[in-house]
Amino acid sequence: MLHLDRLAVQQGGFSLRADFKIAAGDRVAVIGPSGGGKSSLLNAIAGFLAPRVGQVLWNGQPMPDHPGERPLSILFQDHNLFPHLTVLDNVAIGLRPDMRLLVSQKAQALAALDQVGLSDKATAYPRDLSGGQQGRAGLARVLLRQRPLLLLDEPFAALGPALKDEMLEITRQIVQQAGVTTLMVTHDPQDAMSFAEYAILVADGHADAPAPIGPLFHEPPVALQAYLGRRAP
Amino acid sequence: MLRSVVGGAALIALLIFSLGTALVVGLQGRGLGVLNSADWSAIKFTLWQASLSASLSIAMAIPVARALARQSFPGRQALITLLGAPFILPVIVGVLGLLAVFGRAGWISAALDWAGFAKLSVYGAPGVILAHVFFNLPLVTRLLLQAWMAIPAERFRVAESLSAAPWAYFRLIEGPMLRSTVPGAFLLVFLLCLTSFVVALAVGGGPRGTTIELAIYQAFRLDFDLGKAASLALVQFLICGTVSLLAFLVPLPQTNGLGLDRVLQRLDGWRHRLWDGFWISIAAAFLVLPLGAVLFRGLRHLLELPPQILAASVTSLTIAIISTALCLAMALSLSLAFARRGALARSLAEATGILGLASSPLVVGTGLFVLIFPYAQPMAFALPITASVNAMMALPFALRVLMPAVQETYGDYLHLRMSLGMGRWIWAKRILGPRLRRPIGFSAGLAAALSMGDLGVIALFADPDLQTLPLMLYRLMGAYRMDQAAATAVVLVVQSLFLFWMFDRGGRRHAAFG
Repeated sequence: MLHLDRLAVQQGGFSLRADFKIAAGDRVAVIGPSGGGKSSLLNAIAGFLAPRVGQVLWNGQPMPDHPGERPLSILFQDHNLFPHLTVLDNVAIGLRPDMRLLVSQKAQALAALDQVGLSDKATAYPRDLSGGQQGRAGLARVLLRQRPLLLLDEPFAALGPALKDEMLEITRQIVQQAGVTTLMVTHDPQDAMSFAEYAILVADGHADAPAPIGPLFHEPPVALQAYLGRRAP
Repeated sequence: MLRSVVGGAALIALLIFSLGTALVVGLQGRGLGVLNSADWSAIKFTLWQASLSASLSIAMAIPVARALARQSFPGRQALITLLGAPFILPVIVGVLGLLAVFGRAGWISAALDWAGFAKLSVYGAPGVILAHVFFNLPLVTRLLLQAWMAIPAERFRVAESLSAAPWAYFRLIEGPMLRSTVPGAFLLVFLLCLTSFVVALAVGGGPRGTTIELAIYQAFRLDFDLGKAASLALVQFLICGTVSLLAFLVPLPQTNGLGLDRVLQRLDGWRHRLWDGFWISIAAAFLVLPLGAVLFRGLRHLLELPPQILAASVTSLTIAIISTALCLAMALSLSLAFARRGALARSLAEATGILGLASSPLVVGTGLFVLIFPYAQPMAFALPITASVNAMMALPFALRVLMPAVQETYGDYLHLRMSLGMGRWIWAKRILGPRLRRPIGFSAGLAAALSMGDLGVIALFADPDLQTLPLMLYRLMGAYRMDQAAATAVVLVVQSLFLFWMFDRGGRRHAAFG
C-alpha cells in the first residue's frame, strides 16, 4: 500500500499537498490541468523531490531517500532510453545499472523483450525503433525490474490514438498480471477511463484522494468540471 | 563534491591567469602618464579598426548569409564548411594569402600595374582591416546563417501566403532575427579584433596602423621598456574588460556549427538569384583566392623548406597537444562543476570563459614575464607559458560546446539515472562519456588547431633558437623569403587541419548518433 502521509513538497514558488492511501494493485489515473502539480506528485513519490513536510510510505515503512532504492519504476514522457546503448542494454540496466550482466540476467532481459514483442530488436539501437517499439522497450525494463509500484508520466502521449490505445492495453495487462500498483498521469479522460479504476484530481497545488473513476467522471466536482469542460467521457 | 573542488580549482587557476596577471601588470605599470602621443594614437587606432572591421564584416555577412540561406546550388555545403576554415586557420597563413592577392607583389597589383595604375599598398590600416574582415566575415556569416535557419519554415510560408512585399517581409521575419543576432555578433568580432595581434604584427605598424597589442610588443621587444609595456597592457585590459562586460550583458550568438544543412524553401525571382549569386561569388572568391594562392605557391616550393622545419614542427605539435589537454581539462571540470547548478553559477562559469576571450595574450604574457623575471630567466619558460596561454584562449570556445552538452545529458537523463540507482562510475563511463565524446572531440580539435596557429606569447618570449611553425613563417616573411614562407604555410596548414581532423574524428567514431 502506498501512503502519502500529510505530504507537502515545494518546487520553486509552487507547492503541492497530498494526504491519501492507494491499495496494492490499484490502477490510478492522475488528472488535472497543466501546472496543477501532476508531475510534482510523481516526482515526490519517485524521490526526485524531497518532502518539505510529511512522508511517503510503502507498506507502512517510509520509503528510502534515494530514488534508486525505492520500490518503484518510472517511465517518463521521453528520454527513457539512452540513444547510444542497444535495446538489450537499455532494458538490462533496469536489473544491473552497473551493466555487468550475468548470463542468467541476460536471459531474463531477453525474456522481458520477448514478452513485449521485441525479441528481434535486442541488438538494435533506439533510433531504429518506432515510437511504439520505444514504449515497449521501456515496458520491458519495467517488467524486468519487478518493482511493486509503477509511475507513468505520460509515456505514450506522443503516439497516435490507435497506437496509444494498444500501448495502454499492453501496459494494463502487464501491471494487472503482476499486481503492480500504478499511477498514470494523463490528459485524456478517455485514456484514464480505459486504463484506471481510480482517479486522483490534482489542481491548484492539491492532490485529492483517489476516487472510483466511473462515479467521479459521472458527477464531477467543480474543479474537475472546470478541467473537463464538455469533454466528460 | 570532488567535482566542485576540481571545478573551483580550474576557476581559480583561470582567474589568476587572467585577472592576476592583469593586476601584476597594473602594479608594474607607471600609470597612464608615460604614454606618449604615439601610444594614444595606437589606442585610438585600435578602437577605430575594431569598430570598422566589425561593421564591415557584418554588413557583408548579411547578404551572404541570406543568399546561402535561400539558395540551393551545387557546392553550397562545401562553401559553408569552408566558411568554418578561417576560424581554425593560422592567422599568419591567412595574412600571407591576403598579401599574395592584395599585396604590392600580389595579383591585383600586377593587374593594376599592367593597366598603368599604381600598385596597391595594404600595409597599415587597410591591411589590418582587410585581414580582420577576411577572418571574421565567415564567422559572422555562419552565425547569421544559423539564426536564419532557426526561423521556423512556417513563418516564411505565412509571409508568402500573405504575399508580403520585400520590405514587409524583412520587417516581419528577417528584421527581428537580425536585431537579436547582430549586437552579439558585433561585440564578438569587436572583441576578436581588439585582441588580435598577428594581423597587426604582420601588416600593421607605423603611425596609422599600430594597435595596442603591437605597441605592447614593441615596447617589450624593441625598447625593453617593461614599465611602458605594462601601462599599455593595463589600457588594453581596461578596454577589453569593458567590452566583455557588455558582451556578457548582450548574449553572444551560439556557435555549435551544427544544423546548417537545410535549405529554406522560398519562391524567389531571378532578381534575387542574381543578387544572391553575386554575394556568394564575392564571399567564395574572398575566401578561396588567398588560400589557394599561398597553398599553390607553397606546394611549388615545398622542396626549398629550410631544415629547421622539423624542429619547429615538433615544438608546435608539443605545445598544441599540451595546450589541448590543459584546455579540455579546464573546460570539462568547469562544465561538470557548473552545468547542473543554478543560473548564477552558470553565468559565473561563462563569464570566466569570456575572460579568456577578453584577456589579451600579450597582457597575460607581460604579467607572467613580470612575475617570473625576478626569479628566473622567463625565456626558459616560453613553452609552458605558451601552452597555458593558448589553452586559456581556446577555453571560451570549448566551454560553448561542452557546457550545453553536459547540461543536456544531465537534464535528459538525471532522473532516469537516479531511479535506476546507477552508480557514479558506470554513469561516467557508459553514459556521460559516450554522450560527450563528440563535443569533446570537436573542442579538442578547435583547441589544438588554435594553439597550432598561434603566434602571440611565443613572439614575446622566444629566443632566436626557439621557434614554432607560425614564428618561423613570420621570420621568413620578415626576411622576404616568400617562397619558403609559403612552403612553411603549407606544412603549418596541413598540421593544423590534421590535428583538428584527428580529434574531431576521434569524437565522431562510434558516436554518430544521438
